[in-house]
Amino acid sequence: MRGVRVSYTSREQVEVYRFSWPVSIGLPLLMVGFQAFVPVRVPFLRPFDFGLLLTIFFAVSRRSPVSGLLTGAFIGLLQDCLTSTPFGVFGIAKTLVGYGASSLGIAIDVENPSTRFLMTFVFYVMHLAVVLAIEHWLVGLPIHFNLGHEAGTAVINALMAVFLFSLLNRLKIRV
Amino acid sequence: MNFFRRHNNAVVLAAVLLAQLLALAVQVKRQTPSGPVTLLRLVAVSTLSPFERSAIYLGQGTRHLWSNYIDLRHVRQENLALTAEFEQTRLARLRELEDARQAHRLQALLAFKENWMDQTVAAQVIGTSGTESSRLLYLDKGAHDGIKVDQPVITPDGVVGKVLAVFGDHNSQVLLISDASSGVGALLLNSRLQGIVKGSPSGELTLSYIMGDESVQPGEVIVTSGGDRIFPKGLPIGTVTRSAMGRNLFLDIRVKPAVPLNSLEEVLVITSQAAREPDTAVQPHVRASDILAQHLPGVPQPAAPAATTNPPANPGQGAKKP
Repeated sequence: MRGVRVSYTSREQVEVYRFSWPVSIGLPLLMVGFQAFVPVRVPFLRPFDFGLLLTIFFAVSRRSPVSGLLTGAFIGLLQDCLTSTPFGVFGIAKTLVGYGASSLGIAIDVENPSTRFLMTFVFYVMHLAVVLAIEHWLVGLPIHFNLGHEAGTAVINALMAVFLFSLLNRLKIRV
Repeated sequence: MNFFRRHNNAVVLAAVLLAQLLALAVQVKRQTPSGPVTLLRLVAVSTLSPFERSAIYLGQGTRHLWSNYIDLRHVRQENLALTAEFEQTRLARLRELEDARQAHRLQALLAFKENWMDQTVAAQVIGTSGTESSRLLYLDKGAHDGIKVDQPVITPDGVVGKVLAVFGDHNSQVLLISDASSGVGALLLNSRLQGIVKGSPSGELTLSYIMGDESVQPGEVIVTSGGDRIFPKGLPIGTVTRSAMGRNLFLDIRVKPAVPLNSLEEVLVITSQAAREPDTAVQPHVRASDILAQHLPGVPQPAAPAATTNPPANPGQGAKKP
């Protein structure tokens, strides 16, 4: 078994996983498609950002910053394809999330449900902040921020992450 | 070389971010509201939509099968209720016909031309953008069905948006009126004041450019003015929910859309409009009672001999159209 050392001072190691090619390519396509097309008929799924959850999951499982940021860029650009905003808004935000999540995955064990909840909450807020910043300063779009709404959305996405990550764990292949 | 090897992760991150920032900058500079469809978007939509379309049709088929079975249990009562409602509607329509004829005569006097909806295409909503930044819909109709950019999209309840892009023969993208980049020429139905209904990042509609010294009451209906040259005049947009003094001398007017924009399943795309003068040919004056006599089964037909001996009640009744 291969692992990544938790820190320079610790000998404790965390496991590193990989995913098959169909999962690596097909799952992001499936999830982004699901997010765009299913809420038309099932409106309560509208607040979930499945692309973001998948970015975090792949990043913390692979524990490789390069792999994490590339996965984030791929999923983000895929989401950009379905919007009317310029390419790169979600691409840049998810690149940063992928890099951050994989760096965090190296440093701490993120298999615990409470850690997953907290981590997803923080990354959701970070993703939102980056998207709003890009839309406002780089693209020049008007932005809207409702603290209560966004906090609630972050919480339910974090809850969904705990549930979804436990399902997606079955797709992991131990290196 | 050692530097790149040591900071491999940071270098890749910087490279990927820089590439995307450059791409973003180029797009923002070249951005056009209804420009050509980029290859990436075309590929993404064409890849994803067939699966989603199949899933939606399959789900819909199953749902219809079940709901049709359930509906059959109540179809008799529903039929009776609908028949009664239909008769009421028919009477109301007769009154409205008179009003419409009068309006047409007045329009003729003013030599007024208006846009008519010549042709509409019914389309199924198969998706959204999946984000709150872009309020978009994806339809299952495209170039093959005559859909083109900037065509208006409506439902029987009112305005939905306009076609933003067409992806091949069987997909198109609609910009909702609630999107922050949307604007529709609008008219307050009672006060006849004109403004622009705009979307916002939160999805709320506002009516802009109504001067602060005007009076606009909540509940007032807003319809399209036709001034944007996209939407035909007179389609419902929504109703005023709040009106207060805003900044820059204009009223801050909030609008509730006439159409539930978040739960649409089917829409109509107006594929053809034509500027026509209203049909003002002199039509024979027909009394409401005469039309009722033709349509309602309970009213007996007048006897033939009486019709030949008595002069017609209205001399213009038998006149042919020029």
